[in-house]
Amino acid sequence: MEFPKDLKYQKTDEWVKIEDDIAVIGISDYAQDALSDVVFVEFEVEVGDQVAVGDTYATIESVKAASDVNIPVSGEVIEINDGLADSPEILNSDPYGEGWMIKVKIADLEELANLLDAESYEAYCNER
Amino acid sequence: MYTPHTQHDVEVMLKEIGAQKIEDLFREIPEKFRFPKLNLPEPLTEMEALLELEEISSANGTTNEMISFLGAGAYDHYVPAAVDMLLRRGEFYTAYTPYQPEVSQGTLQAIFEYQSLISVLTGMDVSNASHYDGATSAAEAVIMAFHSFRGKRNKFLISKAIHPQYREVIRTYMQGYENIRFVGDEAQINLYQDIENLISEIDQNTALVMVQYPDFFGRICDYREMVDVAHKHGALVAVAVNPIALGLFTPPGEFGADIVVGEGQPLGLPLSYGGPYLGIFATKKELVRKIAGRLVGETTDVEGNLAYVLTLTAREQHIRREKATSNICSNQGLMALASTIYLSLLGKQGLAQLSQLCYQKAHYAAEQISKLDGFELVYPNQPFFNEFLIRCPKPVSMINLAIEEHFIIGGYDVSKDYPEMKNCMLVAITEKISKEDIDTFCDVLHEVTND
Repeated sequence: MEFPKDLKYQKTDEWVKIEDDIAVIGISDYAQDALSDVVFVEFEVEVGDQVAVGDTYATIESVKAASDVNIPVSGEVIEINDGLADSPEILNSDPYGEGWMIKVKIADLEELANLLDAESYEAYCNER
Repeated sequence: MYTPHTQHDVEVMLKEIGAQKIEDLFREIPEKFRFPKLNLPEPLTEMEALLELEEISSANGTTNEMISFLGAGAYDHYVPAAVDMLLRRGEFYTAYTPYQPEVSQGTLQAIFEYQSLISVLTGMDVSNASHYDGATSAAEAVIMAFHSFRGKRNKFLISKAIHPQYREVIRTYMQGYENIRFVGDEAQINLYQDIENLISEIDQNTALVMVQYPDFFGRICDYREMVDVAHKHGALVAVAVNPIALGLFTPPGEFGADIVVGEGQPLGLPLSYGGPYLGIFATKKELVRKIAGRLVGETTDVEGNLAYVLTLTAREQHIRREKATSNICSNQGLMALASTIYLSLLGKQGLAQLSQLCYQKAHYAAEQISKLDGFELVYPNQPFFNEFLIRCPKPVSMINLAIEEHFIIGGYDVSKDYPEMKNCMLVAITEKISKEDIDTFCDVLHEVTND
Protein backbone atom coordinates (compact mmCIF):
# COMPACT_ATOMS: atom_id res chain seq x y z
CA MET A 1 0.00 0.00 0.00
CA GLU A 2 1.34 3.40 -1.00
CA PHE A 3 1.34 6.64 0.99
CA PRO A 4 3.12 9.25 -1.17
CA LYS A 5 5.12 11.66 0.99
CA ASP A 6 4.23 14.80 -0.96
CA LEU A 7 0.51 14.51 -0.21
CA LYS A 8 -1.68 15.48 2.75
CA TYR A 9 -4.48 13.22 3.96
CA GLN A 10 -7.63 13.30 6.03
CA LYS A 11 -9.05 10.53 8.18
CA THR A 12 -11.96 9.90 5.80
CA ASP A 13 -9.30 8.67 3.30
CA GLU A 14 -9.02 11.53 0.83
CA TRP A 15 -5.65 12.90 -0.26
CA VAL A 16 -4.74 16.48 -1.20
CA LYS A 17 -1.91 17.64 -3.40
CA ILE A 18 -1.10 21.34 -3.07
CA GLU A 19 -0.15 23.16 -6.26
CA ASP A 20 0.19 26.83 -5.20
CA ASP A 21 -3.37 27.78 -4.18
CA ILE A 22 -4.97 24.80 -5.92
CA ALA A 23 -5.80 21.56 -4.10
CA VAL A 24 -5.98 18.41 -6.23
CA ILE A 25 -8.15 15.89 -4.38
CA GLY A 26 -8.59 12.13 -4.68
CA ILE A 27 -8.99 8.98 -2.61
CA SER A 28 -6.14 7.07 -1.02
CA ASP A 29 -4.74 3.69 -1.95
CA TYR A 30 -6.16 2.44 1.35
CA ALA A 31 -9.63 3.69 0.35
CA GLN A 32 -9.64 2.13 -3.11
CA ASP A 33 -8.45 -1.15 -1.64
CA ALA A 34 -11.20 -1.12 0.99
CA LEU A 35 -13.87 -0.24 -1.58
CA SER A 36 -12.73 -2.96 -4.01
CA ASP A 37 -13.79 -2.66 -7.68
CA VAL A 38 -15.24 0.79 -8.33
CA VAL A 39 -18.09 0.70 -10.83
CA PHE A 40 -19.44 4.22 -10.80
CA VAL A 41 -18.56 7.72 -9.64
CA GLU A 42 -21.34 10.25 -9.14
CA PHE A 43 -20.23 13.82 -8.50
CA GLU A 44 -22.39 15.84 -6.12
CA VAL A 45 -20.79 19.18 -7.00
CA GLU A 46 -20.26 21.24 -10.14
CA VAL A 47 -17.49 23.56 -11.29
CA GLY A 48 -18.08 26.92 -9.61
CA ASP A 49 -19.64 25.48 -6.43
CA GLN A 50 -18.32 26.72 -3.09
CA VAL A 51 -17.43 23.77 -0.88
CA ALA A 52 -16.40 23.46 2.77
CA VAL A 53 -14.42 20.87 4.70
CA GLY A 54 -16.54 17.77 5.25
CA ASP A 55 -18.96 18.38 2.36
CA THR A 56 -19.71 15.34 0.24
CA TYR A 57 -18.36 15.99 -3.23
CA ALA A 58 -18.99 12.59 -4.77
CA THR A 59 -20.39 9.13 -4.14
CA ILE A 60 -18.27 6.21 -5.20
CA GLU A 61 -20.03 2.97 -5.94
CA SER A 62 -18.12 -0.25 -5.78
CA VAL A 63 -19.34 -3.80 -6.11
CA LYS A 64 -19.56 -3.78 -2.30
CA ALA A 65 -21.18 -0.49 -1.35
CA ALA A 66 -21.70 3.17 -2.11
CA SER A 67 -19.48 5.57 -0.15
CA ASP A 68 -19.38 9.32 0.15
CA VAL A 69 -16.11 11.15 -0.28
CA ASN A 70 -15.55 14.43 1.48
CA ILE A 71 -13.92 17.77 0.86
CA PRO A 72 -10.62 18.18 2.79
CA VAL A 73 -10.09 21.93 2.10
CA SER A 74 -12.64 24.70 1.60
CA GLY A 75 -12.83 26.72 -1.59
CA GLU A 76 -14.26 26.83 -5.09
CA VAL A 77 -14.47 23.79 -7.35
CA ILE A 78 -12.51 24.62 -10.51
CA GLU A 79 -12.24 21.27 -12.26
CA ILE A 80 -13.79 17.81 -12.15
CA ASN A 81 -12.17 14.68 -13.58
CA ASP A 82 -14.73 13.81 -16.26
CA GLY A 83 -12.75 10.76 -17.31
CA LEU A 84 -13.99 8.90 -14.23
CA ALA A 85 -17.52 8.73 -15.63
CA ASP A 86 -16.44 6.36 -18.39
CA SER A 87 -13.52 4.70 -16.62
CA PRO A 88 -14.25 4.56 -12.87
CA GLU A 89 -11.75 1.70 -12.55
CA ILE A 90 -8.94 4.29 -12.75
CA LEU A 91 -9.68 4.94 -9.07
CA ASN A 92 -8.44 1.42 -8.36
CA SER A 93 -5.51 1.32 -10.76
CA ASP A 94 -4.06 4.80 -10.23
CA PRO A 95 -5.65 6.54 -7.23
CA TYR A 96 -2.88 9.13 -6.86
CA GLY A 97 -2.43 9.93 -10.56
CA GLU A 98 -5.05 9.57 -13.30
CA GLY A 99 -7.60 8.87 -10.58
CA TRP A 100 -7.61 12.42 -9.16
CA MET A 101 -11.21 13.55 -8.65
CA ILE A 102 -11.58 17.31 -8.29
CA LYS A 103 -9.55 20.51 -8.05
CA VAL A 104 -10.43 23.21 -5.53
CA LYS A 105 -9.13 26.78 -5.39
CA ILE A 106 -8.17 26.97 -1.73
CA ALA A 107 -9.97 29.67 0.27
CA ASP A 108 -7.88 29.46 3.43
CA LEU A 109 -4.36 27.98 3.33
CA GLU A 110 -4.33 27.72 7.14
CA GLU A 111 -6.88 24.91 6.96
CA LEU A 112 -4.13 22.68 5.53
CA ALA A 113 -2.62 22.47 9.00
CA ASN A 114 -5.53 20.24 10.03
CA LEU A 115 -4.57 17.53 7.52
CA LEU A 116 -2.33 14.54 8.24
CA ASP A 117 1.07 13.98 6.68
CA ALA A 118 1.85 10.67 4.98
CA GLU A 119 3.49 9.16 8.03
CA SER A 120 0.61 9.94 10.41
CA TYR A 121 -1.97 8.78 7.89
CA GLU A 122 -0.10 5.50 7.32
CA ALA A 123 0.08 4.95 11.07
CA TYR A 124 -3.66 5.71 11.31
CA CYS A 125 -4.43 3.19 8.55
CA ASN A 126 -2.30 0.52 10.18
CA GLU A 127 -4.28 0.86 13.40
CA ARG A 128 -7.59 0.17 11.64
CA MET B 1 -43.73 -22.48 10.85
CA TYR B 2 -40.05 -21.63 10.72
CA THR B 3 -38.79 -21.07 14.27
CA PRO B 4 -35.05 -20.53 14.24
CA HIS B 5 -34.57 -20.01 18.00
CA THR B 6 -34.36 -22.78 20.56
CA GLN B 7 -35.57 -22.20 24.10
CA HIS B 8 -31.90 -21.88 25.05
CA ASP B 9 -31.30 -19.19 22.39
CA VAL B 10 -34.28 -17.25 23.68
CA GLU B 11 -33.04 -17.42 27.28
CA VAL B 12 -29.55 -16.25 26.31
CA MET B 13 -30.96 -13.33 24.35
CA LEU B 14 -33.39 -12.31 27.09
CA LYS B 15 -30.58 -12.41 29.65
CA GLU B 16 -28.36 -10.30 27.40
CA ILE B 17 -30.92 -7.51 27.15
CA GLY B 18 -32.02 -7.81 30.75
CA ALA B 19 -35.56 -9.07 30.21
CA GLN B 20 -37.22 -11.87 32.17
CA LYS B 21 -39.63 -13.10 29.57
CA ILE B 22 -40.70 -12.29 26.01
CA GLU B 23 -43.87 -10.54 27.24
CA ASP B 24 -41.58 -7.91 28.84
CA LEU B 25 -40.66 -6.73 25.35
CA PHE B 26 -44.24 -5.56 24.84
CA ARG B 27 -44.39 -3.45 28.01
CA GLU B 28 -44.60 -0.24 25.94
CA ILE B 29 -47.98 -1.34 24.59
CA PRO B 30 -50.79 -0.47 27.05
CA GLU B 31 -51.90 -3.63 28.79
CA LYS B 32 -55.49 -3.53 27.55
CA PHE B 33 -54.25 -3.71 23.95
CA ARG B 34 -51.82 -6.57 24.46
CA PHE B 35 -54.16 -9.52 24.44
CA PRO B 36 -57.49 -8.09 23.34
CA LYS B 37 -60.56 -10.30 23.49
CA LEU B 38 -61.68 -10.78 19.92
CA ASN B 39 -65.39 -10.80 19.21
CA LEU B 40 -65.44 -13.84 16.92
CA PRO B 41 -68.29 -16.16 16.00
CA GLU B 42 -68.23 -19.85 16.88
CA PRO B 43 -65.78 -21.96 14.86
CA LEU B 44 -67.04 -23.44 11.57
CA THR B 45 -66.06 -26.52 9.61
CA GLU B 46 -64.33 -25.96 6.27
CA MET B 47 -67.56 -26.80 4.46
CA GLU B 48 -69.62 -24.39 6.55
CA ALA B 49 -67.03 -21.62 6.22
CA LEU B 50 -66.94 -22.01 2.44
CA LEU B 51 -70.73 -21.79 2.20
CA GLU B 52 -70.79 -18.67 4.34
CA LEU B 53 -68.05 -16.96 2.34
CA GLU B 54 -69.72 -17.86 -0.96
CA GLU B 55 -72.95 -16.37 0.31
CA ILE B 56 -71.17 -13.14 1.22
CA SER B 57 -69.30 -12.93 -2.09
CA SER B 58 -72.43 -13.61 -4.13
CA ALA B 59 -73.62 -10.14 -3.09
CA ASN B 60 -70.84 -8.62 -5.22
CA GLY B 61 -71.50 -7.62 -8.78
CA THR B 62 -68.71 -8.72 -11.12
CA THR B 63 -67.82 -8.00 -14.71
CA ASN B 64 -68.59 -11.66 -15.50
CA GLU B 65 -72.33 -11.21 -15.20
CA MET B 66 -72.60 -7.43 -15.60
CA ILE B 67 -71.67 -5.15 -18.50
CA SER B 68 -69.06 -2.72 -17.22
CA PHE B 69 -68.41 0.79 -18.48
CA LEU B 70 -66.14 1.56 -15.56
CA GLY B 71 -62.47 2.36 -16.21
CA ALA B 72 -60.70 5.37 -14.69
CA GLY B 73 -57.31 3.68 -14.50
CA ALA B 74 -58.19 -0.04 -14.49
CA TYR B 75 -59.72 -1.69 -17.55
CA ASP B 76 -61.73 -4.84 -18.09
CA HIS B 77 -59.90 -6.36 -21.05
CA TYR B 78 -60.18 -10.00 -21.99
CA VAL B 79 -57.34 -12.08 -20.55
CA PRO B 80 -56.52 -15.16 -22.68
CA ALA B 81 -56.51 -18.43 -20.72
CA ALA B 82 -52.89 -19.06 -21.66
CA VAL B 83 -51.77 -16.16 -19.45
CA ASP B 84 -52.99 -17.75 -16.24
CA MET B 85 -51.98 -21.23 -17.34
CA LEU B 86 -48.34 -20.23 -17.85
CA LEU B 87 -48.30 -17.85 -14.91
CA ARG B 88 -49.30 -20.52 -12.42
CA ARG B 89 -46.49 -22.89 -13.31
CA GLY B 90 -44.57 -23.71 -10.14
CA GLU B 91 -41.29 -22.52 -11.65
CA PHE B 92 -42.62 -18.98 -11.90
CA TYR B 93 -45.00 -18.80 -9.00
CA THR B 94 -43.42 -16.21 -6.79
CA ALA B 95 -44.18 -12.50 -6.66
CA TYR B 96 -40.56 -11.48 -6.11
CA THR B 97 -37.26 -11.54 -7.84
CA PRO B 98 -35.28 -14.16 -5.97
CA TYR B 99 -32.76 -13.05 -3.37
CA GLN B 100 -30.05 -14.96 -5.18
CA PRO B 101 -31.28 -13.87 -8.59
CA GLU B 102 -28.73 -15.48 -10.89
CA VAL B 103 -29.77 -18.99 -9.91
CA SER B 104 -33.23 -18.24 -11.30
CA GLN B 105 -32.39 -17.80 -14.96
CA GLY B 106 -35.99 -18.34 -16.09
CA THR B 107 -37.28 -15.54 -13.88
CA LEU B 108 -34.51 -13.21 -15.00
CA GLN B 109 -35.14 -14.02 -18.65
CA ALA B 110 -38.84 -13.27 -18.21
CA ILE B 111 -38.01 -9.91 -16.62
CA PHE B 112 -35.51 -9.17 -19.39
CA GLU B 113 -38.20 -9.83 -21.99
CA TYR B 114 -40.68 -7.72 -20.05
CA GLN B 115 -38.17 -4.83 -20.03
CA SER B 116 -37.56 -5.23 -23.76
CA LEU B 117 -41.29 -5.19 -24.58
CA ILE B 118 -41.94 -2.14 -22.40
CA SER B 119 -38.98 -0.28 -23.95
CA VAL B 120 -40.33 -0.89 -27.45
CA LEU B 121 -43.92 -0.07 -26.48
CA THR B 122 -43.03 3.23 -24.80
CA GLY B 123 -40.29 4.19 -27.26
CA MET B 124 -37.73 4.50 -24.48
CA ASP B 125 -34.16 3.17 -24.12
CA VAL B 126 -34.64 1.24 -20.94
CA SER B 127 -37.34 -0.11 -18.62
CA ASN B 128 -36.86 -1.34 -15.09
CA ALA B 129 -38.23 -4.61 -13.78
CA SER B 130 -41.45 -2.81 -12.65
CA HIS B 131 -43.03 -1.21 -9.60
CA TYR B 132 -46.21 -1.89 -7.64
CA ASP B 133 -48.67 0.01 -9.82
CA GLY B 134 -49.11 3.09 -11.98
CA ALA B 135 -49.37 5.41 -8.99
CA THR B 136 -46.13 4.28 -7.33
CA SER B 137 -44.31 4.43 -10.66
CA ALA B 138 -45.50 8.02 -11.03
CA ALA B 139 -44.14 8.79 -7.55
CA GLU B 140 -40.80 7.19 -8.44
CA ALA B 141 -40.61 9.49 -11.47
CA VAL B 142 -40.90 12.47 -9.14
CA ILE B 143 -38.20 11.07 -6.85
CA MET B 144 -35.94 10.43 -9.82
CA ALA B 145 -36.39 13.98 -11.11
CA PHE B 146 -35.69 15.38 -7.64
CA HIS B 147 -32.39 13.49 -7.40
CA SER B 148 -31.29 14.14 -10.94
CA PHE B 149 -31.18 17.84 -10.05
CA ARG B 150 -29.68 16.94 -6.65
CA GLY B 151 -32.53 18.77 -4.97
CA LYS B 152 -31.59 22.09 -6.57
CA ARG B 153 -34.85 22.41 -8.49
CA ASN B 154 -37.91 22.22 -6.31
CA LYS B 155 -40.90 22.87 -8.56
CA PHE B 156 -42.85 19.87 -9.86
CA LEU B 157 -45.60 20.49 -12.38
CA ILE B 158 -48.29 17.86 -12.06
CA SER B 159 -51.15 18.08 -14.53
CA LYS B 160 -54.62 18.26 -13.04
CA ALA B 161 -55.68 15.69 -15.66
CA ILE B 162 -53.44 13.02 -14.06
CA HIS B 163 -55.34 10.32 -12.17
CA PRO B 164 -56.32 11.82 -8.78
CA GLN B 165 -55.02 8.75 -6.94
CA TYR B 166 -51.63 9.04 -8.66
CA ARG B 167 -51.41 12.64 -7.48
CA GLU B 168 -52.32 11.57 -3.98
CA VAL B 169 -49.68 8.81 -3.93
CA ILE B 170 -47.05 11.24 -5.29
CA ARG B 171 -47.76 13.61 -2.40
CA THR B 172 -47.64 10.76 0.09
CA TYR B 173 -44.28 9.53 -1.23
CA MET B 174 -42.85 13.05 -1.20
CA GLN B 175 -44.10 14.17 2.20
CA GLY B 176 -40.68 13.79 3.81
CA TYR B 177 -38.97 16.02 1.24
CA GLU B 178 -38.56 19.60 2.37
CA ASN B 179 -39.11 22.72 0.27
CA ILE B 180 -40.63 21.05 -2.75
CA ARG B 181 -43.69 22.44 -4.46
CA PHE B 182 -46.36 20.82 -6.59
CA VAL B 183 -47.96 23.14 -9.09
CA GLY B 184 -50.51 22.56 -11.84
CA ASP B 185 -53.42 20.73 -10.25
CA GLU B 186 -55.00 23.50 -8.21
CA ALA B 187 -58.79 23.50 -7.89
CA GLN B 188 -59.29 26.68 -9.92
CA ILE B 189 -57.44 25.42 -13.02
CA ASN B 190 -59.63 25.24 -16.09
CA LEU B 191 -59.36 21.81 -17.69
CA TYR B 192 -59.95 23.25 -21.15
CA GLN B 193 -56.60 25.06 -20.80
CA ASP B 194 -54.61 22.80 -18.50
CA ILE B 195 -51.67 22.29 -20.88
CA GLU B 196 -51.34 26.02 -21.65
CA ASN B 197 -51.32 26.55 -17.91
CA LEU B 198 -48.55 23.97 -17.41
CA ILE B 199 -46.47 25.58 -20.16
CA SER B 200 -46.79 29.01 -18.55
CA GLU B 201 -45.55 27.59 -15.24
CA ILE B 202 -42.34 26.03 -16.61
CA ASP B 203 -39.24 27.89 -15.39
CA GLN B 204 -35.58 27.36 -14.47
CA ASN B 205 -36.62 25.95 -11.11
CA THR B 206 -38.85 23.27 -12.64
CA ALA B 207 -37.54 19.74 -12.17
CA LEU B 208 -40.36 17.80 -13.78
CA VAL B 209 -43.50 18.23 -15.82
CA MET B 210 -45.84 15.26 -15.57
CA VAL B 211 -48.85 14.58 -17.77
CA GLN B 212 -51.02 11.58 -18.57
CA TYR B 213 -51.59 10.05 -22.04
CA PRO B 214 -54.45 9.44 -22.55
CA ASP B 215 -55.24 11.70 -19.62
CA PHE B 216 -57.63 10.84 -16.78
CA PHE B 217 -60.56 11.99 -18.93
CA GLY B 218 -59.48 9.82 -21.85
CA ARG B 219 -58.20 12.75 -23.91
CA ILE B 220 -55.26 12.39 -26.25
CA CYS B 221 -53.42 15.71 -26.16
CA ASP B 222 -50.52 16.98 -28.22
CA TYR B 223 -47.71 17.51 -25.73
CA ARG B 224 -44.95 18.41 -28.22
CA GLU B 225 -44.91 22.13 -27.51
CA MET B 226 -44.96 21.50 -23.76
CA VAL B 227 -42.04 19.05 -24.06
CA ASP B 228 -40.05 21.63 -26.06
CA VAL B 229 -40.61 24.36 -23.50
CA ALA B 230 -39.72 22.00 -20.64
CA HIS B 231 -36.48 20.92 -22.31
CA LYS B 232 -35.55 24.53 -23.13
CA HIS B 233 -35.69 25.15 -19.38
CA GLY B 234 -33.71 22.00 -18.63
CA ALA B 235 -36.69 20.28 -16.98
CA LEU B 236 -37.57 16.61 -17.34
CA VAL B 237 -40.88 15.38 -18.75
CA ALA B 238 -42.72 12.33 -17.44
CA VAL B 239 -45.72 10.82 -19.20
CA ALA B 240 -48.10 8.37 -17.51
CA VAL B 241 -49.57 6.02 -20.10
CA ASN B 242 -52.23 3.43 -20.67
CA PRO B 243 -50.05 0.83 -22.46
CA ILE B 244 -52.92 -0.42 -24.65
CA ALA B 245 -53.26 3.07 -26.17
CA LEU B 246 -49.66 2.83 -27.37
CA GLY B 247 -50.77 0.18 -29.87
CA LEU B 248 -52.41 3.03 -31.77
CA PHE B 249 -50.88 6.33 -30.68
CA THR B 250 -47.33 7.70 -30.94
CA PRO B 251 -45.29 6.40 -27.99
CA PRO B 252 -44.07 9.15 -25.62
CA GLY B 253 -40.46 8.32 -26.42
CA GLU B 254 -41.10 9.67 -29.91
CA PHE B 255 -42.33 13.03 -28.70
CA GLY B 256 -39.52 13.60 -26.25
CA ALA B 257 -40.58 12.14 -22.89
CA ASP B 258 -37.68 11.57 -20.48
CA ILE B 259 -39.64 9.18 -18.27
CA VAL B 260 -42.65 7.01 -19.09
CA VAL B 261 -44.68 5.49 -16.29
CA GLY B 262 -47.98 3.70 -16.40
CA GLU B 263 -50.43 1.21 -15.06
CA GLY B 264 -49.67 -2.21 -16.53
CA GLN B 265 -52.98 -3.77 -15.44
CA PRO B 266 -54.57 -3.53 -18.91
CA LEU B 267 -51.82 -5.87 -20.18
CA GLY B 268 -53.40 -9.16 -19.17
CA LEU B 269 -54.06 -8.60 -15.47
CA PRO B 270 -57.57 -9.07 -14.07
CA LEU B 271 -59.29 -6.18 -12.27
CA SER B 272 -59.08 -8.15 -8.98
CA TYR B 273 -60.67 -5.43 -6.89
CA GLY B 274 -57.65 -3.17 -7.35
CA GLY B 275 -54.58 -5.34 -7.26
CA PRO B 276 -51.98 -6.72 -7.55
CA TYR B 277 -51.22 -4.46 -10.49
CA LEU B 278 -48.06 -3.52 -12.31
CA GLY B 279 -46.08 -0.27 -12.36
CA ILE B 280 -44.43 0.49 -15.68
CA PHE B 281 -41.29 2.61 -15.52
CA ALA B 282 -39.11 3.42 -18.53
CA THR B 283 -36.57 6.13 -19.21
CA LYS B 284 -33.70 7.32 -21.36
CA LYS B 285 -30.19 5.93 -21.20
CA GLU B 286 -28.84 9.18 -19.71
CA LEU B 287 -30.99 8.67 -16.63
CA VAL B 288 -30.41 4.96 -16.16
CA ARG B 289 -28.23 5.41 -13.04
CA LYS B 290 -31.11 7.22 -11.35
CA ILE B 291 -33.68 4.53 -12.05
CA ALA B 292 -35.24 2.89 -9.00
CA GLY B 293 -35.69 -0.82 -8.67
CA ARG B 294 -33.66 -3.21 -10.75
CA LEU B 295 -32.61 -3.92 -14.29
CA VAL B 296 -31.96 -7.35 -15.71
CA GLY B 297 -29.37 -7.66 -18.48
CA GLU B 298 -28.33 -10.30 -20.97
CA THR B 299 -24.73 -11.48 -21.04
CA THR B 300 -22.64 -14.63 -21.48
CA ASP B 301 -21.14 -16.78 -18.73
CA VAL B 302 -17.50 -17.96 -18.55
CA GLU B 303 -18.30 -20.78 -20.97
CA GLY B 304 -19.90 -18.42 -23.47
CA ASN B 305 -23.49 -19.47 -22.76
CA LEU B 306 -26.31 -16.96 -22.83
CA ALA B 307 -27.05 -15.81 -19.28
CA TYR B 308 -29.16 -13.22 -17.47
CA VAL B 309 -27.95 -11.13 -14.55
CA LEU B 310 -29.10 -8.29 -12.34
CA THR B 311 -27.16 -5.65 -14.24
CA LEU B 312 -28.07 -2.58 -12.27
CA THR B 313 -29.57 -1.92 -8.88
CA ALA B 314 -28.06 1.52 -8.56
CA ARG B 315 -30.60 2.98 -6.13
CA GLU B 316 -31.28 0.01 -3.89
CA GLN B 317 -30.66 -0.20 -0.20
CA HIS B 318 -28.33 -3.17 -0.25
CA ILE B 319 -25.84 -1.20 -2.33
CA ARG B 320 -26.66 2.39 -1.36
CA ARG B 321 -27.48 1.77 2.30
CA GLU B 322 -28.75 5.02 3.82
CA LYS B 323 -28.09 6.81 0.53
CA ALA B 324 -30.69 4.76 -1.32
CA THR B 325 -33.17 7.04 -3.06
CA SER B 326 -35.98 4.52 -3.23
CA ASN B 327 -37.18 1.74 -0.99
CA ILE B 328 -38.00 -0.42 -3.98
CA CYS B 329 -35.72 -3.45 -4.04
CA SER B 330 -38.01 -5.83 -5.80
CA ASN B 331 -40.57 -5.81 -8.57
CA GLN B 332 -43.97 -7.15 -9.44
CA GLY B 333 -42.35 -10.26 -10.91
CA LEU B 334 -45.48 -12.31 -11.40
CA MET B 335 -47.51 -9.42 -12.81
CA ALA B 336 -44.63 -8.43 -15.10
CA LEU B 337 -44.58 -12.02 -16.34
CA ALA B 338 -48.34 -11.96 -16.95
CA SER B 339 -48.02 -8.82 -19.07
CA THR B 340 -45.07 -10.34 -20.96
CA ILE B 341 -47.12 -13.42 -21.81
CA TYR B 342 -50.08 -11.24 -22.76
CA LEU B 343 -48.04 -9.01 -25.07
CA SER B 344 -46.31 -12.02 -26.62
CA LEU B 345 -49.67 -13.68 -27.32
CA LEU B 346 -51.06 -10.53 -28.92
CA GLY B 347 -47.97 -9.66 -30.90
CA LYS B 348 -47.40 -6.32 -32.56
CA GLN B 349 -50.36 -6.64 -34.94
CA GLY B 350 -52.64 -8.01 -32.25
CA LEU B 351 -51.98 -5.08 -29.95
CA ALA B 352 -52.61 -2.63 -32.78
CA GLN B 353 -55.90 -4.39 -33.59
CA LEU B 354 -56.93 -4.41 -29.96
CA SER B 355 -56.23 -0.68 -29.64
CA GLN B 356 -58.24 0.00 -32.78
CA LEU B 357 -61.18 -2.07 -31.53
CA CYS B 358 -61.26 -0.15 -28.24
CA TYR B 359 -60.91 3.15 -30.07
CA GLN B 360 -63.67 2.47 -32.59
CA LYS B 361 -66.14 1.03 -30.10
CA ALA B 362 -65.53 3.95 -27.74
CA HIS B 363 -66.17 6.40 -30.56
CA TYR B 364 -69.39 4.63 -31.49
CA ALA B 365 -70.47 4.75 -27.84
CA ALA B 366 -69.61 8.44 -27.51
CA GLU B 367 -71.60 9.24 -30.64
CA GLN B 368 -74.64 7.25 -29.53
CA ILE B 369 -74.70 8.47 -25.93
CA SER B 370 -74.29 12.11 -26.93
CA LYS B 371 -77.42 11.79 -29.10
CA LEU B 372 -79.52 11.02 -26.01
CA ASP B 373 -81.62 13.82 -24.52
CA GLY B 374 -79.65 15.72 -21.92
CA PHE B 375 -76.31 13.96 -22.57
CA GLU B 376 -73.34 15.78 -24.11
CA LEU B 377 -69.62 15.22 -24.50
CA VAL B 378 -67.60 17.47 -22.18
CA TYR B 379 -64.67 17.68 -24.65
CA PRO B 380 -66.37 17.30 -28.03
CA ASN B 381 -63.43 18.43 -30.15
CA GLN B 382 -60.74 16.47 -28.39
CA PRO B 383 -59.29 13.19 -29.72
CA PHE B 384 -59.73 10.34 -27.26
CA PHE B 385 -58.86 6.68 -26.96
CA ASN B 386 -61.19 4.27 -25.16
CA GLU B 387 -62.64 6.57 -22.54
CA PHE B 388 -64.61 9.80 -22.67
CA LEU B 389 -66.34 12.24 -20.35
CA ILE B 390 -70.07 12.75 -20.74
CA ARG B 391 -72.27 15.28 -18.98
CA CYS B 392 -75.52 13.66 -17.84
CA PRO B 393 -78.89 15.22 -17.05
CA LYS B 394 -78.82 13.77 -13.51
CA PRO B 395 -76.15 13.04 -10.88
CA VAL B 396 -73.98 10.09 -11.91
CA SER B 397 -74.45 8.38 -8.55
CA MET B 398 -78.22 8.31 -9.11
CA ILE B 399 -77.90 7.03 -12.67
CA ASN B 400 -75.45 4.32 -11.67
CA LEU B 401 -77.72 3.10 -8.91
CA ALA B 402 -80.67 2.88 -11.30
CA ILE B 403 -78.81 1.05 -14.10
CA GLU B 404 -77.40 -1.54 -11.70
CA GLU B 405 -80.82 -3.23 -11.83
CA HIS B 406 -80.21 -3.76 -15.55
CA PHE B 407 -76.93 -5.52 -14.79
CA ILE B 408 -74.87 -2.58 -15.97
CA ILE B 409 -71.95 -1.05 -14.10
CA GLY B 410 -71.95 2.62 -15.04
CA GLY B 411 -68.96 4.85 -15.69
CA TYR B 412 -66.87 6.64 -13.08
CA ASP B 413 -68.42 9.58 -11.24
CA VAL B 414 -65.69 12.21 -11.62
CA SER B 415 -67.49 14.72 -9.38
CA LYS B 416 -66.00 12.77 -6.46
CA ASP B 417 -62.54 14.07 -7.43
CA TYR B 418 -63.49 17.18 -9.43
CA PRO B 419 -66.41 18.83 -7.65
CA GLU B 420 -66.79 21.36 -10.47
CA MET B 421 -67.71 18.50 -12.82
CA LYS B 422 -71.21 17.90 -11.61
CA ASN B 423 -73.11 15.10 -13.39
CA CYS B 424 -70.02 14.05 -15.39
CA MET B 425 -69.51 10.36 -16.10
CA LEU B 426 -66.26 8.86 -17.39
CA VAL B 427 -67.24 6.01 -19.71
CA ALA B 428 -64.68 3.31 -20.59
CA ILE B 429 -65.01 0.84 -23.46
CA THR B 430 -62.93 -2.26 -24.03
CA GLU B 431 -63.06 -4.97 -26.68
CA LYS B 432 -65.34 -6.95 -24.34
CA ILE B 433 -68.16 -4.46 -24.93
CA SER B 434 -70.22 -5.28 -28.01
CA LYS B 435 -72.29 -2.95 -30.16
CA GLU B 436 -75.39 -4.50 -28.59
CA ASP B 437 -74.03 -3.75 -25.12
CA ILE B 438 -73.55 -0.10 -26.11
CA ASP B 439 -77.05 0.10 -27.56
CA THR B 440 -78.49 -1.46 -24.40
CA PHE B 441 -76.52 1.03 -22.31
CA CYS B 442 -78.01 3.91 -24.33
CA ASP B 443 -81.55 2.56 -23.93
CA VAL B 444 -81.11 2.15 -20.20
CA LEU B 445 -79.51 5.60 -19.80
CA HIS B 446 -82.45 7.10 -21.67
CA GLU B 447 -84.95 5.17 -19.56
CA VAL B 448 -83.48 6.07 -16.16
CA THR B 449 -83.10 9.77 -16.99
CA ASN B 450 -86.56 10.25 -18.46
CA ASP B 451 -88.94 9.03 -15.80
